[in-house]
Amino acid sequence: MLKFGKKRKYATIPGADSKADVPAGLMMKCDACHKIYYRKEMEKNLYVCPNCGHHHRLDAWGRIESLFDMDTFEEWDASMAPTNPLDFPDYEKKLEKDREKTGLNEGVVTGRGFIDRQAAAIAVMDARFRMGSMGSVIGEKIARAVERSRENNLPFIIFTASGGARMQEGVLSLMQMSKTSVAINRFSKAGGLMISVMTNPTTGGVSASFASLGDYNFAEPGALIGFAGRRIIEQTTREKLPDDFQTAEFLLKHGQLDKVVHRHDMKQLLATLLQMHQKGGMQK
Amino acid sequence: MSHILDFEKPIVNLKDKIAELKKITKDSEIDLTDEIAVMEERLADLENDIYGNLKPWERVQMARHPERPTSLDYIAEIFDDFIEFHGDRYYGDDEAIVAGIAYYKDNPVTIVGHQRGKNTKENLQRNFGMPHPEGYRKALRHMKLAEKFRRPIICFIDTKGADPGKESEERGQSEAIARNLLEMAGLTVPIICIVIGEGGSGGALALGVGDRIYMLENSTYSVISPEGAAALLWKDAGQAKRAAETMQITAYDLKKLDVIDGIIPEPKGGAHRDIKQQAIYIDEVLQKALEEMKEFSNEELLEKRWEKYKAIGAYTEKGN
Ligand SMILES: [Zn+2]
Repeated sequence: MLKFGKKRKYATIPGADSKADVPAGLMMKCDACHKIYYRKEMEKNLYVCPNCGHHHRLDAWGRIESLFDMDTFEEWDASMAPTNPLDFPDYEKKLEKDREKTGLNEGVVTGRGFIDRQAAAIAVMDARFRMGSMGSVIGEKIARAVERSRENNLPFIIFTASGGARMQEGVLSLMQMSKTSVAINRFSKAGGLMISVMTNPTTGGVSASFASLGDYNFAEPGALIGFAGRRIIEQTTREKLPDDFQTAEFLLKHGQLDKVVHRHDMKQLLATLLQMHQKGGMQK
Repeated sequence: MSHILDFEKPIVNLKDKIAELKKITKDSEIDLTDEIAVMEERLADLENDIYGNLKPWERVQMARHPERPTSLDYIAEIFDDFIEFHGDRYYGDDEAIVAGIAYYKDNPVTIVGHQRGKNTKENLQRNFGMPHPEGYRKALRHMKLAEKFRRPIICFIDTKGADPGKESEERGQSEAIARNLLEMAGLTVPIICIVIGEGGSGGALALGVGDRIYMLENSTYSVISPEGAAALLWKDAGQAKRAAETMQITAYDLKKLDVIDGIIPEPKGGAHRDIKQQAIYIDEVLQKALEEMKEFSNEELLEKRWEKYKAIGAYTEKGN
């Protein structure tokens, strides 16, 4: 089923005083250099600032559109939606609000398609939905996507964007880390290729599970990536943290990432990697 | 006298009174035997009433009790000839996790566990049981050896969470935890995880992927501490008591949510009141679980592990 025709609403990017002086929708101000651009222009540039190169948030469907060959993407489990297992006050209301805002049932879109004519499965998280926090649906959709990748011999690509745990699902949120890890183990043992791309932000439980479990782990420039939050670390240890702490570049420097990849180079890199893993060089 | 929790005070007061009456009876001509008998009956009722109906926040306090038995206490009680091994062979030795091999009923097993201290000095040495990446890597090394030498793995979970520090981030805290989850998922020997105190978030989970997950009656397992949850939800860490209820973190909650396989009872008043009895309760469950898993082939074991985790979660497929 093709999903590209679906009308999407873009949330206003939160930034310093952007709401006050920029007309809603038409213009967009860069979060980093504060230069103002037509939103259309930004969109065409995949929300990378033409002036300073700052990578703004790209929603799940925008990401998919930027990577997959035209009209080849087929979505999986689109109707799966969260429930309220802990009877958490106001959880349903919050979910409904984000559903309206994003047009999504949860903060991840999964499916398969072709990247430069090569089949691949993908999971793309969308930080607009409950800050991309990991609820049961996120875990289940990702685990299913990984299983289908194994069954169909597809490479599996994941773009993460998550503030961490979904508080309202309590320990069930935590257990999604295990669920996805067991699925990835099965996939990996079967020889499957997994590529993880961490986008801003990738923190907490997502950082400490599937985001870090690619055969190759990449990140977008400037993305915030880490386990414990900066504030918690500062409060607990009273240490002075460097300005670039927990950025993609910081992780690269400390050997925690394979590569930092500009959004404009992403499709080409993925296509080349898929090509290189089509068959092992030593196979008969 | 041991550390008394607030909700235990009525019990302690009554016990003191009984002791007083006993002393009077012994030291003087007045015989208070009948009065003592009545009060002892009342004490039994009071204990049943208080310990039999612990609220989530009271269980949190039990789980954090400074005298609560630690991994090493249970290792000493339940296993024979424990040999501890140190270091991850990359960076250092993290004393917040202990790892080694021992005999369990004459069969070798691998044991890994979080290790808290019981006083300030020990806690500083063991970082309050909050592991660094090298702790998880040490644990993993020994779990891989367990697989190579076909030993079951027993994990004791007891941590507030992974170390929140600059250096832990630099050395790959996320990767270390994620790697343990991935590798534990695929180990072809039985893994039994027992939460003995606090099971805090990813730091607990990194020793927590297994075929059987049990919790002691007064332990907790949660995605975030009650204080952390309260700060996030209500901008007030003082609401931790309320958060402990809302977040559903007790053994009974987790059983209800189908996350754990069973609850291991505690002696009246908590594990620290009678470590030997607690060890017997753990031993019974451990023995039964290992017995059940002896029959499984590698493939069956992994298939069942997948089935177990696949089933955890709540969702509907009737969204918009
Ligand atoms: Zn800019």
